[in-house]
Amino acid sequence: MPPDVLESLNSGDTAWVLAASALVLLMTPGLAFFYGGMSRSKSVLNMMMMSFGTIALVSVIWVLYGYSLAFSGDVGNGLIGNLDKIGLKDTLLTASGTSPELAFVAFQLMFAIITPALISGAIADRVKFGAWMVFVGIWVTVVYLPVAHWVFYFGDTSKTGDGGWLADSVLALDFAGGTAVHINAGMAALALALVVGKRVGWPKEQMRPHNLPFVLLGAGLLWFGWFGFNAGSALAANGQAAVAFVNTQVATGAAALGWIIVEKLRHGKSTTLGLASGAVAGLVAITPACASVNPLGAIAIGLIAGALCAVAVGLKYRLGFDDSLDVVGVHAVGGITGALLIGLFATGTVTGILTPESDGVNGLLMGGGLEQLGRQAIGVVAVGAFSFVATWVIAKLLDVTMGLRVTPEDEVSGIDQAAHAETAYDLGPSTGGGTGALAAAVAAAKEKPADKPADRKVEA
Amino acid sequence: MKLVTAVIKPFKLDEVKAALEAFGVKGLTVSEASGYGRQKGHTEVYRGAEYQVDLVPKLRIEVLVDADDADDIIDVIVKAARTDKIGDGKVWAVPVDTVVRVRTGETGPEAL
Repeated sequence: MPPDVLESLNSGDTAWVLAASALVLLMTPGLAFFYGGMSRSKSVLNMMMMSFGTIALVSVIWVLYGYSLAFSGDVGNGLIGNLDKIGLKDTLLTASGTSPELAFVAFQLMFAIITPALISGAIADRVKFGAWMVFVGIWVTVVYLPVAHWVFYFGDTSKTGDGGWLADSVLALDFAGGTAVHINAGMAALALALVVGKRVGWPKEQMRPHNLPFVLLGAGLLWFGWFGFNAGSALAANGQAAVAFVNTQVATGAAALGWIIVEKLRHGKSTTLGLASGAVAGLVAITPACASVNPLGAIAIGLIAGALCAVAVGLKYRLGFDDSLDVVGVHAVGGITGALLIGLFATGTVTGILTPESDGVNGLLMGGGLEQLGRQAIGVVAVGAFSFVATWVIAKLLDVTMGLRVTPEDEVSGIDQAAHAETAYDLGPSTGGGTGALAAAVAAAKEKPADKPADRKVEA
Repeated sequence: MKLVTAVIKPFKLDEVKAALEAFGVKGLTVSEASGYGRQKGHTEVYRGAEYQVDLVPKLRIEVLVDADDADDIIDVIVKAARTDKIGDGKVWAVPVDTVVRVRTGETGPEAL
């Protein structure tokens, strides 16, 4: 590396960004368990495969052209990056802030993976795996890369106006991806669910989660990985990372409480699925806000998001769209809640935590005006509308050309068998294998009585 | 010979088994079953959506008995399985023509 690059690197920051990248990667397998447990036993593999397939595909796309389009320069107006870094050209010997640029490449890759994976929850049980993979490739290219550029690319950090238009011109605050990841995935999920259509029998027939312990396992992995997502977004081991870390924890706890309190009031019981869902809603809502509010503000955001999402997941029954695992109700609603509440709860102490005087942006309730709330609203509407429209067009095109859905027969008998030639569970003693070989051995022993059957020798 | 079949609440299995052993029953078969009677299932709530679960988990016990013992054995099962609440299950008996013990080839009452 050139001497000036070597000098700019900080080993503590680099270590944290690399560790945080691994944490964020783990969120997608966690999501696979979270969604897999909620799906039916005959389609759990397909559900989990959509997440794991996304990890594989987006990793390749990211190196080929994804990183470049999102984070290499700007072609003008802050809409999209250029192609100067395709194949990760000119990134091996450079720094991004105080870490090697490749650490930033890895960190942002994990965000590009989980965002499309989140969408898969809307289309459980019924979409061809090949069609999903093609969708992910196109969606990441056409929707995620531009939006990531709008929100996460700051250009020259010493001035404004040369980075992504939401981040650097509108000055909307989105620390870790409330708009770019969650509103983006949530609105895409709505569009995709509308194009794909309802599952056979929904909502008349009941489709219960098949494995709630999986859901809790997945929620736990998401929660753990989310510290990388939020605190890692500081891209340095500093005070901003610490406040994001604490806010992530307390908002999540408050949101889980908010959800189960709503449940208790409405149905008399608090459920495990409710607690897990509330925790995820809290994680979503604090994502944009974790470096803008103090921990008390984080509790307020969590409680509001948890309660609001608990109510919002019922909307699909009223409006009649089969967002199977509530990507809209949790990620779109949670993301919008968090992004807008920054406009109320942002405090200069935290938004300015890296400046000597700690003077940053204040929200409406913290002595600021309506200005920041307005910026937040622009971010929410721009990302939500673009994602919905672009996703709807992509999905329609795919539906007309290659077809999105499996046949109703395959859907009802189980997409795992039809699409992957596998079933998730084999718990019966009669199907464990060996019975055929054993029967053959017994027959052979009977033909040659001299053999000792006590040996129980089984030939393959 | 008769086949006595009982559908009971799963948590009553140990009591029923103990009572049958005390009566002298040598063997029985238990399988998991689901169904409903007058209680008509129950309600579960997932993310605020109420699900009417019609089929309630039950255990099915099958015992092959001498025809003369059938009524007493039904009595034993009913006493052991009863909670006096709805959903306790049912017990019935049907005549059986043939029974063979696989290991020895014994037939009829000897095979019980």
